[in-house]
Amino acid sequence: MKQKKHFTRKKQKYGKSKSQGAAFLFLLPSFAGSAVFLIVPFGDVVRRSFTEAVSGAFVGLANYRAIFTNRAFLLAMKNTLRFLAVCIPLLVVISLALAVILKKQSRFSRLCKTSFLLPMALPVACVVLLWKALFSGQGLINGWLSYIGIPGLDYMNTNAAFWVLMISYLWRNVGYDMVLWMAGLSGIPESLYEAARVDGAGEWRCFVSITLPNLLPSLSTITILSLLNAFKVFREAYLTAGDYPHESIYLIQHLFNNWYRDLSLDKMAAAAVVNCAGILVLVLLLLASWGKEDME
Amino acid sequence: MKTLVKILVGLLALVVLSPVLFLLTGSLMGDGELQTALGPALTQMEGYAFFRFLPRYPTLASYAGLLLDTPSFFVMFWNSVKLTGAILIGQLFVGTPAAWAFAQYRFPGKRLLFLLYILLMMMPFQVMMLSNYLVLDSFSLLDTHEGIILPAVFSTFPVFIMYRFFQGIPKALLDAARLDGAGDFRLFWNIGIPLGAPGIFSVLVLGFLEYWNLLEQPMAFLKTKALWPLSLFLPNLDLSRAGVAFAASAVAMIPAVLVFLSGQEYLEQGILAAAVKE
Repeated sequence: MKQKKHFTRKKQKYGKSKSQGAAFLFLLPSFAGSAVFLIVPFGDVVRRSFTEAVSGAFVGLANYRAIFTNRAFLLAMKNTLRFLAVCIPLLVVISLALAVILKKQSRFSRLCKTSFLLPMALPVACVVLLWKALFSGQGLINGWLSYIGIPGLDYMNTNAAFWVLMISYLWRNVGYDMVLWMAGLSGIPESLYEAARVDGAGEWRCFVSITLPNLLPSLSTITILSLLNAFKVFREAYLTAGDYPHESIYLIQHLFNNWYRDLSLDKMAAAAVVNCAGILVLVLLLLASWGKEDME
Repeated sequence: MKTLVKILVGLLALVVLSPVLFLLTGSLMGDGELQTALGPALTQMEGYAFFRFLPRYPTLASYAGLLLDTPSFFVMFWNSVKLTGAILIGQLFVGTPAAWAFAQYRFPGKRLLFLLYILLMMMPFQVMMLSNYLVLDSFSLLDTHEGIILPAVFSTFPVFIMYRFFQGIPKALLDAARLDGAGDFRLFWNIGIPLGAPGIFSVLVLGFLEYWNLLEQPMAFLKTKALWPLSLFLPNLDLSRAGVAFAASAVAMIPAVLVFLSGQEYLEQGILAAAVKE
């Protein structure tokens, strides 16, 4: 008896290691490729962030001190944070409102949903023309404003560029967040609403007492994902202002492009590590919010 | 009240959609009509720009102009097709088995490796820019299409999406097939691929939209103009020939819109798979 048990255990162990071999083979191409193209080079970047670009001598935290006293870096950081602080709450609230309004399945809400999602599919380059037509000093918006006697602005070359960037960002991303909210909404059992209505609760009461509390777990996931996605806002910024934007929308991405052009590799390395650390924190938060969430 | 809200949302949806209409309408106007309408905004004419959503003199002249005397457009279009196609095919070959390994096997270090994959998938381009540059430089792949394609092929995003779909395959089904003597590879090929097909479609739709719109990488790594994809070429068009610029933008937009409309269901599934744990 004892021997037999021992035997099966051994067999199981053999079986496991065999399938581990299969797992290894399945994973190998992907892992080898990411190691060569992503992981090892990033390790090199971390190493470089502690060395001097030309001589390769170890300089400790000098590069980090250099970027945190660099005017362009501080400006880009400030703008990026301001952008996040303004846009993320707006994006989250607007997309939630739309999701609640369009929740009921109907032809109308399907059409609207398609329309709100479409901008994320449009190549940014195709809409550059439209943005020029809309926002330039003699563009369409100023033309419309002139009808009602309001003097126009040169949107791209003043602080207004920030608002243009914000609108572009909302335009491209509201559909994505809306889809996430809709999934959260569909996870709330309809019976809750029925019971509340029987008790005489109106639409608003239902929203405040049922919808909102049930959406709280989704809120953290959606906020963190929106933050992570907002780091990729470069395309919208490029759409708004091309390569050389107004100072008010000079973002981290522009800074990296400039340093890349000047080959300031040591500064780039240190800034990449700082960015990476920020994203690591967000990813850990995201994993934590996945852990406690039971949204379908 | 309810109707009012609906009307407002409907109007907003129209506004959100208007760029598509604007491009299509603009591409059907002649150079002359465009010049009078948008000249002030695009080429510093006097006065203000205006726009009609119905062209007064509809014409296909801009498309003809694009076809006949803009050879560079075809080069860029083909570049975009080549880059997008190669990246997507590569991602499927590399990513599908990896996703299967994460979804179906237990092996030492799996949790840590998976965390690394998620982290890599969330990294914006600027963080990876320098490491990309270093690796491309050491393989002499700067200013080549391969230098854009290879790092994208090993993106971990498709692995994650397909992992989520593979996870949904019922364990009982796999155990039954294993008892019938199916080996690891057969399980992957005969059960994983067919049942995980929606995940593969999601990856294709999301990937197509991403790489057709590719901007940062070619901007940083492609110096030779003849290698540029459309997404880099369009913003640099000569605006004195507005008609051609509109037609080129419309032609570049149409594949993306078609993929979006035919794959919207997979797009939504993909967004959810990447965002929410089931």
